[in-house]
Amino acid sequence: MITAGRIVRLAERDRAEVQFFLDGEKRSALAGDTVLTAMLASGHALRSSEFGPELRAGFCLMGACQDCWVWQEEGPRLRACSTPVTEGMWLRTTPPESWP
Amino acid sequence: MSRPSSPKIVIVGAGPAGIRAAATLVAAGLHPVVIDEGHRAGGQIYRRPPDGFVRTPEQLYGSEAVKAQELHALFDRLTEERQLTYQAHSSVIAVHQGRLHVLGEGGVQVISYDRLVLATGASDRIAPVPGWQNAGVYSLGAAQIALKAQGVALGRRVVLIGSGPLLTLVGAQLLKAGADVAAVLDTSSWRRQMRGFPGLAARPIVALRGLALRARLGGRYHAGVTLERIEANASGVIAMRWRDAGGWQRITPCDMVGMGWHLRAETHLADLVGCVFAYDEQWQQWLPQTDAMGRAGNGVYLAGDGARLIGADGAEIAGRLAAVACLKDLGHAASPVQADLRKLTRLKRFAYGLARAFPWPAEMVRTMPDDAIVCRCENITAAAVREGADFGGGEANRLKSLSRVGMGRCQGRYCHLAAVELVAAQSGCASRDVGRFRGQAPVRPAPVGAFLRED
Repeated sequence: MITAGRIVRLAERDRAEVQFFLDGEKRSALAGDTVLTAMLASGHALRSSEFGPELRAGFCLMGACQDCWVWQEEGPRLRACSTPVTEGMWLRTTPPESWP
Repeated sequence: MSRPSSPKIVIVGAGPAGIRAAATLVAAGLHPVVIDEGHRAGGQIYRRPPDGFVRTPEQLYGSEAVKAQELHALFDRLTEERQLTYQAHSSVIAVHQGRLHVLGEGGVQVISYDRLVLATGASDRIAPVPGWQNAGVYSLGAAQIALKAQGVALGRRVVLIGSGPLLTLVGAQLLKAGADVAAVLDTSSWRRQMRGFPGLAARPIVALRGLALRARLGGRYHAGVTLERIEANASGVIAMRWRDAGGWQRITPCDMVGMGWHLRAETHLADLVGCVFAYDEQWQQWLPQTDAMGRAGNGVYLAGDGARLIGADGAEIAGRLAAVACLKDLGHAASPVQADLRKLTRLKRFAYGLARAFPWPAEMVRTMPDDAIVCRCENITAAAVREGADFGGGEANRLKSLSRVGMGRCQGRYCHLAAVELVAAQSGCASRDVGRFRGQAPVRPAPVGAFLRED
């Protein structure tokens, strides 16, 4: 199943839906998705690079490269590849105003 | 049920090596503590999907399904019976004087040990290709994890590049799962791959299985390619530009590129704990030194791909051996190891064969264009690395200070070997003469708040 975003769901499609918010917009994902999978099911990137013009969408998916850190509306930053998405999560592709 | 034994033994990593080490210690009546970054034991190779996923072990692990199931069942049983303490979703970020600093959901916790078994595994060995900083470029391991643990392909049209067993395996797995794999591009030529044959003959069935997977790729597979550039627009990858073995330029449209040249041992903790490193010509990387059993000295034992890149079967054996060494050193009667040592020698011969057949692309790295990114964390270019080498001479850590290469958030895991290769080329020496980046704590980024305590 081709999604609106980067990923293609090849298997495990019969899972409950989970709603979350990305940059203030309501999005849906499947229970058991990581934040990375959930974000890339409706978008093509997780964040922009601090050091160049390009977007970033993760790289190693095993917690080693640290490319996939994203922000929450409140609370700590998350490593998207190793954090499960949960109902009602508020995620951001850019730092919140309060970010130092 | 038992409590952590005295002396206290801590195992880092719960892949095949960590699981076998733990089981061996439990069988001797000890109670180890196992610290693991995963949510459930299995490591990367035998990684398990989240609850509620329905694919069978055969679908997930193919020919290795029985091994995976055995390891999972064994570890789950030992955890349930409380024969060991399993601390999941936790990263060891520092080691100092017999104490591990462990970052988990509740912040940083200090865990002391008398004996330490490091089974930290490996990740993809990455060589930079111009354009690899763009969204949609992943490691081969990432492509496999996405499929195994999430049931997804990371793009609609996939190109895989690099060399090594994972290149063929991931290609075949994605294809079987229904992904659109446009091309699988191997920088190792057929002739070069033949040089690995004597070693590969040590495990004929595994070698044949690899060839069968290769056959499934059909005309998508190309050996001896030259990789030119990953083309991208503002939203990410759009094509792979490459030359085939005959020198013809080809452009393959795609929105995802998976890359990797075999594996790189994860050695940061071995470095922090003071292991001696030596450059290994076979594996073309720096590796911590141990005796045949995995003893690294000072009560530290290494097992699995974090010490020698022998693969999952070898990791199970090495895990067992490291635990036996630990038991012997503690004065316990230990089981005989001759059969395991013999098996390991055979697996090592095979692994050397793989290393010969699918080498690190030294020439590609040495001649990469000046504008190509070497450090993906901070977009440091080949030109900046070359300039650093001219200014600071051919020494890895001086280069690190001058150019910041290796100081980004991945801490050199994905740029180290390429940076060292570039410096070697610039200074006219072999990459072993450049040295290696010193490991620094914390080995994973940790928020300052994690170190604060409310008391």
